Amino acid sequence: MKDRFSDQWRDLLESLILRGTCAGADLVEVFLERTDHIGLLAEQDTITSVSPSFSKGAGLRVFRDGRDGFVSTNDLSDSGLLRALDQALAMLGLESQALAEKQRFQGLGLLKDHGLQKDNWLSRCPELDFVSQRLLEGTEDLNRLGRHLQVRRGSYSRDWQEVLVAASDGTFARDVRLHQSTGLSVLAADGEHRSSVGRRYGSTDQPDDLARWNTEASAAEVCESAGTMMRAKYVDAGQMPAVLANRFGGVIFHEACGHLLETTQIERGTTPFADQVGSLIAHPAVTAIDEGFSGGAFGSLSMDDEGMEPERTILIKDGILQRFLSDRAGELRTGHKRTGSGRRQSHAYAAASRMRNTFIDAGPHKPEELIASVDHGLYCKSMGGGSVGPTGQFNFSVEEGYLIKDGQLGQPVKGATLIGDAKEVMPRISMCADDLELAAGFCGSVSGSIFVTVGQPHIKVDSITVGGR
Amino acid sequence: MADAKGLNATVLRDRLQHLAKREGVQQWDLGAACSDDCSVQVDRGEAKQLKAAQRSSITVRVWNSDGLVGITSTTDLSEGGLEQALMGAHAASRYGNPDDVPHFSPMATAPLPSIDRPLKPRQGILPLLDTLRDAEADLLGRHDAIQTVPYNGLAESLSQSLYLNSDGALREMERTQASLYLCARAEETGRKPRTGGAVRVALGSSDLDVEGCVNEATDRTISHLNYRPIDTGSYRVCFTPEAFLSLLGAFSSMFNARAVIDGLSLSQRDSIGTKLAVPFLSLHDDGLHSGHISAAPFDGEGTPTQNLCLIHGGELQNFLHSEATARAFSVKPTGHAGLGAKVSVGPDWFVISSTEGRESGASLDHRTEDDPFVLIEDLSALHAGVKATQGSFSLPFDGWLIRGRERVSVEAATVAGDIQTVLNTILHLEPEQHLTHRGVCPHVWVDHLSITGEA
Repeated sequence: MKDRFSDQWRDLLESLILRGTCAGADLVEVFLERTDHIGLLAEQDTITSVSPSFSKGAGLRVFRDGRDGFVSTNDLSDSGLLRALDQALAMLGLESQALAEKQRFQGLGLLKDHGLQKDNWLSRCPELDFVSQRLLEGTEDLNRLGRHLQVRRGSYSRDWQEVLVAASDGTFARDVRLHQSTGLSVLAADGEHRSSVGRRYGSTDQPDDLARWNTEASAAEVCESAGTMMRAKYVDAGQMPAVLANRFGGVIFHEACGHLLETTQIERGTTPFADQVGSLIAHPAVTAIDEGFSGGAFGSLSMDDEGMEPERTILIKDGILQRFLSDRAGELRTGHKRTGSGRRQSHAYAAASRMRNTFIDAGPHKPEELIASVDHGLYCKSMGGGSVGPTGQFNFSVEEGYLIKDGQLGQPVKGATLIGDAKEVMPRISMCADDLELAAGFCGSVSGSIFVTVGQPHIKVDSITVGGR
Repeated sequence: MADAKGLNATVLRDRLQHLAKREGVQQWDLGAACSDDCSVQVDRGEAKQLKAAQRSSITVRVWNSDGLVGITSTTDLSEGGLEQALMGAHAASRYGNPDDVPHFSPMATAPLPSIDRPLKPRQGILPLLDTLRDAEADLLGRHDAIQTVPYNGLAESLSQSLYLNSDGALREMERTQASLYLCARAEETGRKPRTGGAVRVALGSSDLDVEGCVNEATDRTISHLNYRPIDTGSYRVCFTPEAFLSLLGAFSSMFNARAVIDGLSLSQRDSIGTKLAVPFLSLHDDGLHSGHISAAPFDGEGTPTQNLCLIHGGELQNFLHSEATARAFSVKPTGHAGLGAKVSVGPDWFVISSTEGRESGASLDHRTEDDPFVLIEDLSALHAGVKATQGSFSLPFDGWLIRGRERVSVEAATVAGDIQTVLNTILHLEPEQHLTHRGVCPHVWVDHLSITGEA
């Protein structure tokens, strides 16, 4: 079997696609993938887990009259791929026919090889000795800088992926992706007081990234937060204004609005914004963007998982909805043009419209002005995860929060969950600061868990429900 | 090593034995799995997506000449893939943790429990599609307000897994299972959309209770149409069985010996025998329960699955163990291990019940109670709103505020509390236990939980 995805696969892929189109498929797409993953965990002062894994597989998708059949397999042999294709065709009531009949497929285009300059990335990634050393530096920094730390952990993950996409519209493209992430986390405990805090950092396509990781700065941030939150009191629940910090604070837009601007949500009938393009859906202070090419950002890619190069998609401009994120199926079923947003966790998932690097753009204010404008509210310095439900109800947890009283930051509070409805909260984002920053994250949805970036400057939400005690 | 008929344990063992000998590896074990799945989704009578997957994976673990352990996983079951996995594991063993070396489970060759889970024939994708189309049409026709069923799926699978090691252990199992999920969205003019869903699982797709799933999804969706915001405050709460199982499952590290050793559990090494809950509560982890469709006779280390008492009369009785944690606690492995360089431990199937002979003294019944209470049907975002190491939670929920005969759906609210407090302030367990897709549990009453609403 061919040990690298290249033009060597052309004949096989063309014969598969021809077979599919001759059977009556409107579109046939083949996604091939190889991965090489390694994860390391350091606990206290010991490397406690090293977990390498490899995988390979294919996802074959066939469209007919707006419907699609998708089959995934780990078997990349000619017969394995043929079996998968025939299964996908059969799902749509199609049968493969003699190839001479009705040749609607003109052949694949020239291979667009985005991975050409990246073929040495895997070998340029750090050796295990170096990764171990860096993680242990991190846990040692935690030990030096923290107090009452019951658990100190450092983790590293490297995901290398080679993909080849071929489709009956002529698409023939290859890419190599490299995602690395590092994290530090602690559990601080003193009597009945406990806090657990973690920070994760991620990069795309930067083999040398680990060497640049400032473990001391990361450890200092984690330790400071853990120390502050250990004795924090539970937040009082209620409706109040909130100021959300930059970086991972951007999860509010990701959950509250971003998911609702994916065409998969139009297909399902679960977005309130389906027919709102051109309408004011957010406060005029809000401009929101999703793009796929910020250097090194976790959600950046040279091409999406359908072979399309990413673009900068302005989702909302001055509060007015501009575009939806769309993939191949989204364009077919909703009419929204593809945006290079067809993404999937692996070959086991059909691609879907998904976010990449998504952020609220910088505004004119200083962060201090936002806080100063609040009489009584909540400052969310660090956010946890969140989710959005089928009616647009979103929620996310606050990892590190502070009360705001009379325009000043007050005591730390814990246990806060922000909940709301996208349609109601977006017009309440009334102020954006000038300190836009991005943060790496993972997003789980219909096509699996993918690497994304969230981001924003400090923003002020005039009123939001803060769940607590 | 894997073909259309599935995994071949003998071939896998012989090949790995040969490779290990060549590499000078004396001790190794292997876990392997493969599955053949198909699923359908529909959208207003049309097939939306039809999916099938053939998956396979193996995990190889080796002990090097210094006794350290390394591991590698791959989806490539070819000879080359197996060789890559063994070599990778051998290389990784250089980083094995000398302070925590897993051994073979001493129970990897013990007799396995008998599990009555006959393999059911699979119907194939087109019959599944017909069934789901009919179910969707039925659901859409139940109420004018139900306009779509945005999340739905009908799936069936055949899976096989095995464990074998260089000491001659060989475990194999095969099973079929099927699931149906219907989540309807209802909307009335001038009102916010509301949703409700239901799940059914069975050994085979022809055994699924489709009618029951449609009925439940309908009832749940319609019952949320009449909604109001709730005042923020402290409430008496009744958790449905599904909701309470979700909550307890999110804090299962309390029972996890791995988490105890790692300092990530609310429990300590000496917590066995201490009071964890009200005296009328019992909890078992029963991976063999007849209602557990996904029951497996052995865990990732080949240890037999069992029915393990975790809480009896409110007192902690046992932890869940792998081989390594059991050795550290001087007990036997309990059949809750994965397979790894650092072996994970996890629960199987919770069964919550009243301790025999001990009663709460209360006579609460969510169907007849006159005093106001909040019935929590489902908890969301457990991944974000639970702090397992601290014991706290703050979670969005679906449910109703019930005052006598008035039952009003709660709009956009969270419930917050502390799991240890919850377990120790349970007012009552209703006598009727319910089998759910998550486990077995009665309705559970708890006092004084903080609820935040938008009123």
